[in-house]
Amino acid sequence: MKRIATVSLAGCFGCHMSLLDIDERIVDLLKLVEFDRSPLNDLKSFTGRCDIGFIEGSCCNEENVATLREFRKQCQLLVGVGQCAIMGGLPVMRNAIMHSDEPLLECLEESFTHGPGVYNPSNEIPNDPALPLLLDRVYLCSEVVRLDYVIPGCPPSGDLLWEVLSALVLDKPIHIPPWMVKYD
Amino acid sequence: MVNVVCSKFNSDRGRLIDILLDIQSTARHISEEAIEEVASALGIHRVEVEGVVTFYSFFSQTPKGRVAIRLCDDIIDRHAGAEAVGQVFSEALGIGYGQTSTDGRFSLDKTACIGMSDQAPAALINNEVAPSLTPDTARRIALRLVQGMPPESLFEDFGDGNNSHPLIRSAVNNNIRLIGDILLAGDIESGKGLERAFALTPERVVEEISGSGLRGRGGAGFPTGKKLALARAFPAQRRFVICNADEGEPGTFKDRVLLTERAELLFDGMTIAAYAIGASEGILYLRAEYSYLRGYLEEILARRRASGLLGGEIHGSKGFGFDIRIQMGAGAYICGEESALISSCEGLRGEPKNRPPFPVEKGYLGYPTVVNNVETLCNISRIMERGGAWFASYGTGQSAGTKLLSVSGDCGKPGVYEAPFGLRVRELLEMVEADNPAIVQVGGPSGAMIGKVDFDRRICFEDLPTGGAVMVFGARRNALKIVDAFLEFFIDESCGYCTPCRVGNVFLQERIQKIMNGFGETGDMDYLESLSRTITATSRCGLGATSSRPVTSSIQQFPLVYASLTKEPKDGLHAGFDIQRGLEISRKIARRQSMIYDRRYGEEDGQA
Repeated sequence: MKRIATVSLAGCFGCHMSLLDIDERIVDLLKLVEFDRSPLNDLKSFTGRCDIGFIEGSCCNEENVATLREFRKQCQLLVGVGQCAIMGGLPVMRNAIMHSDEPLLECLEESFTHGPGVYNPSNEIPNDPALPLLLDRVYLCSEVVRLDYVIPGCPPSGDLLWEVLSALVLDKPIHIPPWMVKYD
Repeated sequence: MVNVVCSKFNSDRGRLIDILLDIQSTARHISEEAIEEVASALGIHRVEVEGVVTFYSFFSQTPKGRVAIRLCDDIIDRHAGAEAVGQVFSEALGIGYGQTSTDGRFSLDKTACIGMSDQAPAALINNEVAPSLTPDTARRIALRLVQGMPPESLFEDFGDGNNSHPLIRSAVNNNIRLIGDILLAGDIESGKGLERAFALTPERVVEEISGSGLRGRGGAGFPTGKKLALARAFPAQRRFVICNADEGEPGTFKDRVLLTERAELLFDGMTIAAYAIGASEGILYLRAEYSYLRGYLEEILARRRASGLLGGEIHGSKGFGFDIRIQMGAGAYICGEESALISSCEGLRGEPKNRPPFPVEKGYLGYPTVVNNVETLCNISRIMERGGAWFASYGTGQSAGTKLLSVSGDCGKPGVYEAPFGLRVRELLEMVEADNPAIVQVGGPSGAMIGKVDFDRRICFEDLPTGGAVMVFGARRNALKIVDAFLEFFIDESCGYCTPCRVGNVFLQERIQKIMNGFGETGDMDYLESLSRTITATSRCGLGATSSRPVTSSIQQFPLVYASLTKEPKDGLHAGFDIQRGLEISRKIARRQSMIYDRRYGEEDGQA
């Protein structure tokens, strides 16, 4: 039985929601695979090596990097799922703050202290020790580790995820009709 | 002031570049108010003016110094010591690059190749060229400028040939090293070709030129006769001949020498081309860096008008009239591309146009236009003078005639060489006394980078085509640094219209720098090659089509350089990503250490 792990890094869980869009086929899936670390079963760490790792989202903080590296270590095949994992998606927009000496600080201030509509009398930027440190910019998954496959879309449709996943699980060639692949 | 300038050009929207150049040179910048005023005087939108102002590097929206120093930042100049020269200027004038002194007297900038690679490092001081600079001469020049000497009287020793002509008076040297039979020969009688052309019908002139096998000398090599025939055949009210003297390809400077020494031959050639296609108007598009030649060229045009060689009815032509105006460029490499050049002549941003329609059908102002390189047009005169068969007796089967080569870099005799097509790179390297050559860039950054194994290849359209630039790099030069410098150039000069070119070149440079910094991985070369293919295939003009060539040709020619700098990634983790560097800023902002990546107090190993 193949073992699968999934994770959402800097993403919105939309790709995981889309995975649930495979509807009743999930029953077939569960006959073929066992889920290891995944938000779907709330397992927080790996119990062993996996065959397939699904990555949603890009890397915006140190925890994302550690998780992604762990996934690379534990998974035979790593699949980048959705626009955030491939190109950075919405989170990567903060990389557009380029003409500033302190882009990260400017981003935090805009979000928490000075931005329009922000009410924050203490003027503090959240800094609990439990919060992972942000990276200087958002890094694409492919900048941090090698990805074996990527599935475009925001999110990729349940059908598309099913096609890819079932082919990988059954070791069959992947045939995807062009209409199924959308880049937005 | 703005209104005076606008009325000088009849408030013609097509002359926007000239208007802005005038304002820039008097006011030293083009202010918001000036943009407004120009827009209302020409009856166009403000953004149209602003778009043009921001496009060209010789226009600025903040005041430049009354003396503006532009140091050439080409790779050849860098190798020749431009850095040290810049340092001297910077210290002596108390300003950094991109700055203007507080009293408004001086400004210092870097600029792309100014066409002086044979006498590098060089700088433009207003319109004057300061060639062959050393820290010592730079210090002397800076001192004189600070003492208040005007840039035009900085130099007492003028260059050879016409460089010391009273209307040029420039320190530039021609550096003609090899005199060929066609363009640099001493026995050229200007006017003879024109006379012979007028004795024939225009059709016969086109036939003669087609028969000679002449191909465009700008680099692309389109058959000139065919271009003339196409423009002639397309029905139209007006037709134009444009001479492309926007020699912007780094390392090219042969047109500079032709403009200085063979201007009459060039104007003969333009007139013959005009006669052949039935054009009555011509434009010489002169790059801004060569404005020191403008007065001299204008005087020759005036003299030709006075002696009936230009104007209403040209002497000996039975009713044919033709005149030439000089259109100055304003510092944009892309304007060497013919459709971008036409845009620029029309007073627009120098962006390439969609093709088809081709300029020979719908070019300048929508009329059939022939755009040719300076060298091509000079060749036309010689073909008419001596006959197409004589011309075709030089060179190789597909590449008739001679080629002017501008050789620069690590060699004993940089300068202009006129050699028949088919010359081997090795023969050229011997002639120029190359110093242990390892890399030769044929055709400038957009051309081919070749290593020793290819030194037996020939310079001609069948093998190694070139617009004239040949850069020689010795064994101690770093191939990747050269590639990096070329990419930087293309990033600066991309007009930004096509995304693959605007963005792709940046990605290429990032990846090359990653490899240079020792983080290269084996997959990077595949990435570079596939991205290069995309940029080439999906850009609409020659810039994007060729900007990745330094990358592809260096991968092909110097695989060992890349192999030694790249390694297989370990455990699928990319070496190029440095988590410690990525966290530096965050540690400072949060004023705490990382819970994952920093060693914690009291623990032996906190590293994950």
